[in-house]
Amino acid sequence: MPEAAALDETDRRLINALQGDFPLVAEPYREVAESLGLSEAELLRRLESLHQRRVLTRFGPMFQIERAGGAFVLAAMKVAEADFERVAAQVNAFPEVAHNYRREHALNMWFVLATATPQGIAETIAAIEAATGLPVFPFPKEREYFVEMKLHA
Amino acid sequence: MPESKPDLDATDRRLIVATQGGLPRVPRPYDAIGGELGIGGDEVIARLQRMLDSGVIRRIGAVPNHYAIGYTANGMSVWDVDDTRIDELGARVGALEFVTHCYRRPRRLPDWPYNLFAMVHSRNREEVAARVAEIAVLLGAACRAHDVLYSTAILKKTGLRIAG
Repeated sequence: MPEAAALDETDRRLINALQGDFPLVAEPYREVAESLGLSEAELLRRLESLHQRRVLTRFGPMFQIERAGGAFVLAAMKVAEADFERVAAQVNAFPEVAHNYRREHALNMWFVLATATPQGIAETIAAIEAATGLPVFPFPKEREYFVEMKLHA
Repeated sequence: MPESKPDLDATDRRLIVATQGGLPRVPRPYDAIGGELGIGGDEVIARLQRMLDSGVIRRIGAVPNHYAIGYTANGMSVWDVDDTRIDELGARVGALEFVTHCYRRPRRLPDWPYNLFAMVHSRNREEVAARVAEIAVLLGAACRAHDVLYSTAILKKTGLRIAG
């Protein structure tokens, strides 16, 4: 299990502030920095460090790709322990795999596919099955009740 | 959300491809993106605003690695909920402040009887278990079975990467 990173109070304030609405103005970092009482240079330096330490996995627009004609689908696989590393590497090599988690269950690998078109999902699933030799079980969303990817640091 | 698909032109699509990996960490990030695409920073801002308004962009901001900020327990709780009540109950589960994602998904019988997925992030498994118990109370007799799949490793987390 990975461990929590060492974050100071300013890092935490910054992470919390940046999960909100990043300003659409010419100098957005300056605006956020001012609201936190930091210089723009300090904010950019900390942002860089948080990325390098992988505290932030990305920073930018979160696209709801279905609204742009694409598709997101959650899928799972049942992978034998001895094959786990090989299969994880094969699955992760697909750019369509947006994220992938190991979970404690017979279905122990859960990943999200993101493709530019709905047909891309079936094609990617077929390609993953061919590459790994294992079946992929898709769990497309039928209805979304809530999504809020903000977490208080 | 039943809405018509927003119209995206070729420049919007290039803007999606240029920003899906993240915004540049420079003082004038929208000018920098505009420079790559051959449009002005003002136009980048206007197009991003339009995509935010139409829901193509959910929000602009940071995605923390939840382990790194202390949410070391991540449980995907899954529930077998009566089909006649799932939409009403799913909305209520989604409204719980500790649920970060909540969806209805198809069952895969006989192995997978669950049709409601609710993600719970907490600082430890005891806290996740307590929150899952709250969901169980809310669902009551409409729920026939449930399970919690704890994550033990992030194998990949890059986000969307569609091809230009």
